[in-house]
Amino acid sequence: MQRVLIANRGEIALRVMKAARALGYETVAVYSDADAASMHVEAADQAYRIGGAAVADSYLNMDAVLAAAKATNADAVHPGYGFLAENADFVRACKKAGLNFVGPDADAMEALGNKRQARLKMNKEGVPCLPGYEGDAQDAKALMKAAQGIGFPLMVKAAAGGGGRGMRLVAQESDLEAALRGARSEAQDAFGSDELILEKAATSVKHIEIQVLADGHGEVLYIGERDCSSQRRYQKVIEEAPSPSVDEKLRQAMGEAAVKVAKSVGYVGAGTVEFLLDGDGNFYFLEMNTRIQVEHPVSEMITGIDLVAWQLRIAAGEKLSIQQKDVGLCGHAIEARLYAEDPDQNFIPQSGPLHRLSLPEDLGLRLECALQSGDEVTPYYDPMIAKVIAYGANRDEALRKLDRALGQTQVFGIKTNKDYLRRILQHADFAAGGVTTDWLEAQDFMANALPNELVWALAALVHVNLHSGNDGWSNALWLQSAAALEHGGEKKTLWVEQDKEAFRVHVDEGTHFEFAGVSKDGEQLFCRHEGKRLELSFLEADGEVWLSYEGQTYCFGLISNAAAAEEGEEDNRLQAPMNGRVVAVPLASGAEVEAGATVVVVEAMKMEHEIQAPKAGKVSEILVEVGQQVAAREILAILELDEGSSEHAA
Amino acid sequence: MAPYASKYIPGNAEADGNRESMLALIETFRSYESKVRANSQSKATRFHERGQLLPRERINLLLDPGRPYLELSSLAGLKMHDDDGADSAMGGGSIAGIGYVSGVRCLVVANDSAIKGGSISPMGLRKTLRAQEIALENKLPVVSLVESGGANLEHQSEIFVDGGKIFCNMARLSAAGIPQVTVVHGSSTAGGAYLPGLSDYVVVVRNKAKIFLAGPPLLKAATGEVATDEELGGAHMHATVAGTAEYLAEDDAHGVQIARQIMSHLHWPDYQEPNDFAEPLYSGDDLVGLVPTDYRKPYDVREVMARLVDGSDFLDFKNNYGIPIVCAHGSIGGHKVGLIGNNGPIDVDASVKAAQFIQLCCQTDMPIIYLQNITGYMVGVEAERGGIVKHGAKMIQAVANASVPQLTVVLGGSFGAGNYGMCGRGFDPRFIFSWPNARTAVMGGEQAAKVMEIITTAKLERKGMSPDPEFLKGMSDHIINQVDKQSTATFSTARLWDDGIIDPRDTRKVLAYCLSICRDAQERELHPNSFGVGRM
Repeated sequence: MQRVLIANRGEIALRVMKAARALGYETVAVYSDADAASMHVEAADQAYRIGGAAVADSYLNMDAVLAAAKATNADAVHPGYGFLAENADFVRACKKAGLNFVGPDADAMEALGNKRQARLKMNKEGVPCLPGYEGDAQDAKALMKAAQGIGFPLMVKAAAGGGGRGMRLVAQESDLEAALRGARSEAQDAFGSDELILEKAATSVKHIEIQVLADGHGEVLYIGERDCSSQRRYQKVIEEAPSPSVDEKLRQAMGEAAVKVAKSVGYVGAGTVEFLLDGDGNFYFLEMNTRIQVEHPVSEMITGIDLVAWQLRIAAGEKLSIQQKDVGLCGHAIEARLYAEDPDQNFIPQSGPLHRLSLPEDLGLRLECALQSGDEVTPYYDPMIAKVIAYGANRDEALRKLDRALGQTQVFGIKTNKDYLRRILQHADFAAGGVTTDWLEAQDFMANALPNELVWALAALVHVNLHSGNDGWSNALWLQSAAALEHGGEKKTLWVEQDKEAFRVHVDEGTHFEFAGVSKDGEQLFCRHEGKRLELSFLEADGEVWLSYEGQTYCFGLISNAAAAEEGEEDNRLQAPMNGRVVAVPLASGAEVEAGATVVVVEAMKMEHEIQAPKAGKVSEILVEVGQQVAAREILAILELDEGSSEHAA
Repeated sequence: MAPYASKYIPGNAEADGNRESMLALIETFRSYESKVRANSQSKATRFHERGQLLPRERINLLLDPGRPYLELSSLAGLKMHDDDGADSAMGGGSIAGIGYVSGVRCLVVANDSAIKGGSISPMGLRKTLRAQEIALENKLPVVSLVESGGANLEHQSEIFVDGGKIFCNMARLSAAGIPQVTVVHGSSTAGGAYLPGLSDYVVVVRNKAKIFLAGPPLLKAATGEVATDEELGGAHMHATVAGTAEYLAEDDAHGVQIARQIMSHLHWPDYQEPNDFAEPLYSGDDLVGLVPTDYRKPYDVREVMARLVDGSDFLDFKNNYGIPIVCAHGSIGGHKVGLIGNNGPIDVDASVKAAQFIQLCCQTDMPIIYLQNITGYMVGVEAERGGIVKHGAKMIQAVANASVPQLTVVLGGSFGAGNYGMCGRGFDPRFIFSWPNARTAVMGGEQAAKVMEIITTAKLERKGMSPDPEFLKGMSDHIINQVDKQSTATFSTARLWDDGIIDPRDTRKVLAYCLSICRDAQERELHPNSFGVGRM
């Protein structure tokens, strides 16, 4: 093994390259057109283009990846996570091409990939599974009967499935038949197999996973557990190790069960066995992920074991040089996933220019990040910006550091879940430890705090001060500068006056704030307000004012004087709300539309957005077709709206 | 070079007394300004209900946020004509100043249409003409926010003929290559119709702008034709039919926004401000404490210079010769200047020293700052025999013919020929401002009274009558009172003898800004055309 191609992008590609380089391997990056200037391309010894921005054209395109390996003379392929990482066909194709795939072999992958086969195997091995059904008989009658035995609520899952497709939660028996029918046809469509399994729906459980390392010489170790119970829509949000809910005895029991799972299929490499843990200390096998996990750093930080380096060593045929007794846990690590998404708008993914990304350097953090200020977050891939991992001697310390780190993190240009993450970390339930997988979604805290009047005033101060450079004196005492701002639909026009001593910002009738000693250093602003020294970071770009103040990030829109007039003109043009793909155009040119009728449907990051007519009228022109990729604010259709006014009479 | 070593001791009884007295004078002129503003502000509800913005609100939206703005002649016409200095304070019925619009420094003039409908008063006319002169001389683009009922007919005789100069100036500005942008927010009719008519870019506000030579009543009287305002000169008509307007705005804010867009699209290259200069060592706040408000009390004008120039560092020119005049080289805001100040009545030596210094400034193209505090030229046998008239005349010749920009600040007294020799209004300084304690007159009240008393006594004695002391006292009091009243800063500024009263603490900023304007003008190449740009 000489040269490792990393069939991935973003932070994990960088992470693998770092480990590979440390072992003396040359690295090869692959990239799509959208990633041509990204960090993982620059970091590699060689980089090879594999296709267009869409994942099907590039990172999911096996032929292109294999061609890249051939062209660059790579002899090993590390798949990272996602994309082709758990694709057995890819593993076989690598083997056929003479490439060393860093991971388990295709058979082990398949044996664990099929949920029915996996349950059958676990039953045989004596690894506990949730009560369920994984029989051959797949007719409705057999499944109905099995369901009665399991009890409700239960889950119907496609045996070959993943990603939530072909999956149904069934609350009561009367819903079962329809759920079976629906899941079956979805499974057939998505996976080419309509096999189903049933599983008792577990509530109030924790998601605990065991990291395992297996070499090709029969040695399998468990490297402690990770607690990923803070989830939203089955997406992990915060992960930590060790778990506050697992003691040494349970760790050993789960670890041994995980080793059993790995051994049962002859697993080689790094893998993760996921379990559900109930309140009584019972755990149940969920599935095994046959790849490196996003959250692997927390395990590395408390064990000192470089999991990715071991992936490569094992792939090269090395024996594990450590034994189970050498795996000790020290301290506590917590990881937060910083995402480009808007928690206030149903976590809709965000894309666009990342004007500034700044993470604190003084907290001994581990940062896994492949973006920097000035980069663009494209709409084509997972919108994760960074993994921020804090380490402490104990859980409280790690938690405190992570919260502080996020408070000092500045992401300007794009909305993130940063403040949402802090709400979680600061919550008493989370601090107490042991939240269950249904906890996070049950919380209804405001993700991003609304700006108070002081913050509105600071935004106005920043806007005005930005243009003045403090030289904005006037001999006219009546002079005021306007800052017309918008936040979350709320609009305010603030007036800023400046005299010799201070800036005075009028927020609402009768409310004003005085800021003295205003000074700027780069994109930081300092001032005094009622004796308190205030410090904030700011950025103004693309008609937005971004502020980071007291650990919160705020984004204000600047409203032009002419906004009112312009709105009137734009009414008849329908625009894409974000980058996405047109999936439906239900109306044709010339069609009559009612107010609120859907004219175009745009899919972006798995969510469908219906673009509707604001008023009744006629469709004058549809400018897009199904399948077309559209950019944010691109005009999709032009309408002829019924006018109430007779302005055009003249 | 060592900075000037100040001898001023803030906080002693003298400084406190000066400060108290100066702050009271500042408060006085500021309160007049507030009255003008309050008068305009009182119509806020009416304007807002009509969907209009007050004139100052229009300016606030027009100007770049947080950038410098120098208001000019805020108290023009104070206590003259219909202005009573109280509830009817008018500020000349218009607001003029130099500020930035979309990064372009320009002259902004707005009718204060919330006061008497923005009608033109005699002093308001003078204010507008002076603003145009500033624009022409300093190559400043002009943005006008127009809404005016036209000339105040009660005073038409003082307005009509000279008023033509406004249009003449507009045509000349256009021909000189200085663009003029006008937003018509309301009525701009009869003669006022030529304001947009002569502008290079015209924005009209829908349903509000009215531009026509004759309105419905006059039209009916003149020709019998019946027509509506909108038909005769509405915004829509001008934008779509007559072609008088280039841009149609939906409301006041939109109109101002369009003016901003126009300025942002002009090819008007930025002037690069100097930025590597030091602030003075001593605070400008000292100026209210170190200068006595009574011009008869002496102080060293170098103390003032030390608070105006960069790093408080200036080079005294001939400091042991012609002592009553202080000449110095220094910089203000990075602009090299010559400074001329007074430490007493100008004598023979001082005259020639100043005349020489002015010529030296011109030799190296250096603007001159006059800091006026002057009771006049030295009188007496010795002075006359020494040729004070001859030498004073040389100084006046130098001032009058200096080829460099000259800026004047009246720090205190501005009496007699001192007003002329130190570049008073009659000598066309590029800008002239007064401190609130300024006094401008042919001579001081007491001197005038004494002169009159001596003349009157002599006249009576020639007639063989002995003067009645009561009568003389009454006459003397009357003269003192009248001269004092007619020499104050507010009296002067009302008559446009200056471009405005400034707070002494703003002096450095005002001068630096004006110097930047002058230098910008000097470096800017205009593209003149013969007749102004015609609207086709």
